Amino acid sequence: MPPAAPRTGDAVFANIERVNAELFTLTYGAIVRQLLTDLEDVEEVNKQLDQMGYNIGIRLIDEFLAKSNVSRCVDFKETAEVIAKVGFKMFLGVTASVTNWDADGTTCSLVLEDNPLVDFVELPDTCQGLYYCNILTGVIRGALETVSMKTEVSWVRDMLHGDDAYELQVKLLKQVPEEYPYKDDE
Amino acid sequence: MIGVGKAKQYANVLDKPLSRGRQEVSLSAFAFLFSELVQYNQTQVDNIAELERRLEDAGYAVGARVLELLCHREKGNRRETRLLGILSFVHSTVWKVLFGKVADSLEKGTEHEDEYMISEKELLVNRFISVPKDMGAFNCGAFVAGIVRGVLDNAGFPAVVTAHFVPMEGQQRPRTTILIKCFGGKLDWDNDASSVLV
Repeated sequence: MPPAAPRTGDAVFANIERVNAELFTLTYGAIVRQLLTDLEDVEEVNKQLDQMGYNIGIRLIDEFLAKSNVSRCVDFKETAEVIAKVGFKMFLGVTASVTNWDADGTTCSLVLEDNPLVDFVELPDTCQGLYYCNILTGVIRGALETVSMKTEVSWVRDMLHGDDAYELQVKLLKQVPEEYPYKDDE
Repeated sequence: MIGVGKAKQYANVLDKPLSRGRQEVSLSAFAFLFSELVQYNQTQVDNIAELERRLEDAGYAVGARVLELLCHREKGNRRETRLLGILSFVHSTVWKVLFGKVADSLEKGTEHEDEYMISEKELLVNRFISVPKDMGAFNCGAFVAGIVRGVLDNAGFPAVVTAHFVPMEGQQRPRTTILIKCFGGKLDWDNDASSVLV
C-alpha cells in the first residue's frame, strides 16, 4: 500500500532547498513594475500576471506531485485542503485555511494567513485596480487544469486594497474526464 | 467619534515594523518566477543585448531596495562611503542575505585600476538555466549584475556592471564573474585626492 498522503507540507518544506523570501518578494516586485511600465494598464497587468502564473502552474504541478507524495484526491474538498496545507507550504512556506464552502462543494475560499509576495508593498493611487498577487490565481488554475480540473480563481479580499485578509475564491467548473486512449509520448 | 471602529492597523508600509528577514520560500518558487521574468522579457526584445539590459533593469530595482533595507537592518542606519567598503558590503552582506552565502571572491582587476570582479562558481540565477547556442554569450547573471549596480549607484558609486561566463578548468559549468567598472564615485575620497578640495 502506498504511504498516506501528508496532511501538511511542513516535512517537505523542511527538506527542500530554500531561498530568502526577500529575494523572491523583491524579484516579484520588479516583475510587476516592469509590467506596469510596459503595458501601462492595470487590467492588462492583471491578465499578464495571471498568464505567467498559469505557465508556472502547469510546470509546478509536476514538482508538487513528485515531492509531496500526494496522490489522487477523492473530491474537491480534499483538493482544496491539499492546496492550502501542502501546496502553499511547500512552495511559499505559508499555509492557508479553507472556508466558505458553498452547498454543493464546488466553491470555496482560500484565506492566506501570511503572504510573502506583498512585503514592502503599498499600492499607489494610480494602481488601485491592480491585483498585485494575481500570479497566484494563475498558478492554482494552471496546476489544477493539469490534473483535469477546470477552475476559476478570483480575489475576494486583498489587504493591499484595505481588506483584513487575502482571500482567493476557487470555483470548480468541471472535471475533465481523462482521455482514452492516452496519447503516446512521441 | 472616539473609539468607534477599528482603525486600519498599518496605514503606511513605512509604519510597519521592519521584518527580520528570516522567512524563506522554496528555491523552486524563486526559479519558476525568475524563469517567467526571463521568458516575458524575451517576448519584449529582438536581441540579446536588449534582453540583458531589461534583466539588468529588473535587478537594479531589487538592488536599490536591498541597499535601503540592509543599511537599516544590518548596519545600524549607516551606509558605506568608501568604494572598498561598499564593494565588500556587496560581496559579503548583500550576497549572504540574498543568496545565503558570501560570494566566492572579490578581486581587483589587474589591467585597469577602476575594475573589480565578484565571482561565483554557481550563481543562483544560472542554476537551472542552459543558454541555447544561438543566444551566444547571454547570461542570466545580468539580473544579479543589475542588483549590484542598483546597490552601488544608490550608495553614490555609479558603475557599469556586467556578467560574464568564465570557463574553469576541470569543471563542466563555467563560473560567473560580475565585472564592476566604476567611474570614480563622488564619495570616493580615499582614491581621489582632488575631490577633497571641493
